[in-house]
Amino acid sequence: MKEIKIKTKNLSLYYGAKMALNSISLDIPEKEVTAFIGPSGCGKSTFLRTLNRMNDLIPNVKITGEVLVDGLNIYDKQIDVVNLRKKVGMVFQKSNPFTKSIYENVAYGPKINGINNRKKLEEIVETSLKNAFIWEEVKDRLHDSAMGLSGGQQQRMCIARALAVEPEIILMDEPASALDPISTAKIEELIFELKKKYTIVIVTHNMQQAARVSDLTAFFYLGELIEFGKTRKIFTTPDKKHTEEYITGRFG
Amino acid sequence: MSRRKSITGGLFIGLTAFSAILIIAVIIILLVVIIIGGKDTFSWEFLTAFPEDGMMKGGIFPAIFGTVLLVLIMSIAAVPFGTITAIYLTEYAHEKSILAQTIRFAVRTLATVPSIIFGLFGLGFFIKYVGSGMDDLFLGGQLKWGQPNILWASLTMALLTLPVVIVSVEEAIRTVPREMREASLALGATKWETIKRIVIPGSRSGIMTGTILAVSRGAGEVAPILFTGAAYYLATLPTSLSDQFMNLGYHIYIMATQSANVDQTLPIQFATTMVLLLLTFMLNLTAVIIRSRLRRKAK
Repeated sequence: MKEIKIKTKNLSLYYGAKMALNSISLDIPEKEVTAFIGPSGCGKSTFLRTLNRMNDLIPNVKITGEVLVDGLNIYDKQIDVVNLRKKVGMVFQKSNPFTKSIYENVAYGPKINGINNRKKLEEIVETSLKNAFIWEEVKDRLHDSAMGLSGGQQQRMCIARALAVEPEIILMDEPASALDPISTAKIEELIFELKKKYTIVIVTHNMQQAARVSDLTAFFYLGELIEFGKTRKIFTTPDKKHTEEYITGRFG
Repeated sequence: MSRRKSITGGLFIGLTAFSAILIIAVIIILLVVIIIGGKDTFSWEFLTAFPEDGMMKGGIFPAIFGTVLLVLIMSIAAVPFGTITAIYLTEYAHEKSILAQTIRFAVRTLATVPSIIFGLFGLGFFIKYVGSGMDDLFLGGQLKWGQPNILWASLTMALLTLPVVIVSVEEAIRTVPREMREASLALGATKWETIKRIVIPGSRSGIMTGTILAVSRGAGEVAPILFTGAAYYLATLPTSLSDQFMNLGYHIYIMATQSANVDQTLPIQFATTMVLLLLTFMLNLTAVIIRSRLRRKAK
């Protein structure tokens, strides 16, 4: 078993008085792909966003319990949330490039981290785009607007942008849900490649996708973690009846 | 029954059409009268020369210069201040906090205050309080800042146009998608870095629209500068912030009411009005174009 990268202990989250996550305890291993599945509103995206404290942005959210990244509780008062987010990158459901050039998009993270050397920036941009399998498609138009890219290209550029700050963990919130099958296949291939270097947590609606790309799968339902284990086991011989029913498509 | 209904319906349509046409007619008549009255006087010379013969002849250059200078200083004060307020309201204040609601209420109220009140406020606050205070403090009571000048007039005008700037910038900031802010924060940017690098550049056209609308409003208003800095006639252009200045709107008012021979100055009045209208019309048109582009982008 690989080392544990992220560990949550009795993590609960409330929107006002409404409980959205109920005491989730989960261990996410290093350099593997962990998938969160479950019907809409089950809390999987909310849970994902607790891992880099993106929920901080929403008013009236209360969180109890712990999230440990490399053994440190990220909700501890001494934790610098900015540093945390450099370490825990995120790719969103809807590709969200800045209205800037491709180059400026990818260089954004390194720049705010104080890298100003042009040579160095160019290097980072090139490596990141290569690692996101999009370099060949954009190398001749780095200074064109990122808005001119196709949806799939935009999403891969957003992955490159996340890679450029050299995170250790990448959270992906349904990264392929708005893409066509070919673009989706490219993203999946990319995830497979990325897990050699990064710990990946992916939320997906697409059960086949979870089965294809992940090593571990967690099934959420109504804010609770129902079952968590090796993907092969979850998809073939789940322990819980609920999991089986969802996976075989009997509800959800 | 149905006939009576159709008659009322017809009447109503007629009434609405009449109102609409009436408005267009008023604008056309206004423009035609002004152009006919001013076209013979309007020339390059008119725009670039000083008034002569007790303002019976000559051009209006000092008034144009004064107006431009006024709106320039006004913008320097109102645009940054209004932008920062708008950023606070949209990015930092909680939508429903008492402070944010108070600011919003104040901005709305400020927008409805009659402009002459701003003039009086400028006189009382900037000239009598701040200006005289500065004279007492730095010049041993010698009169310099405690009297009307272009700085106080511009600041008074800035207060009047502040709501325009705030509302435009707020609207623009709201068109910057939440996803973009999240992307920036997720890359380890602080809130301020996100505002500086994503939100403000994304609202650039809104800031521009707000500026232009404020400028066009400021160029046309007279009441706020009546007591705070506009001069009847000056032989020289203002060279310091403590100088008075001439102004297009005020110039029209002066020539129409205070001139030695009002009838003789009529062509100058018309031509000056033409210049002022043209100026504000062009500014408004630019603002409308930028704003419509911005709205299209938001969709």
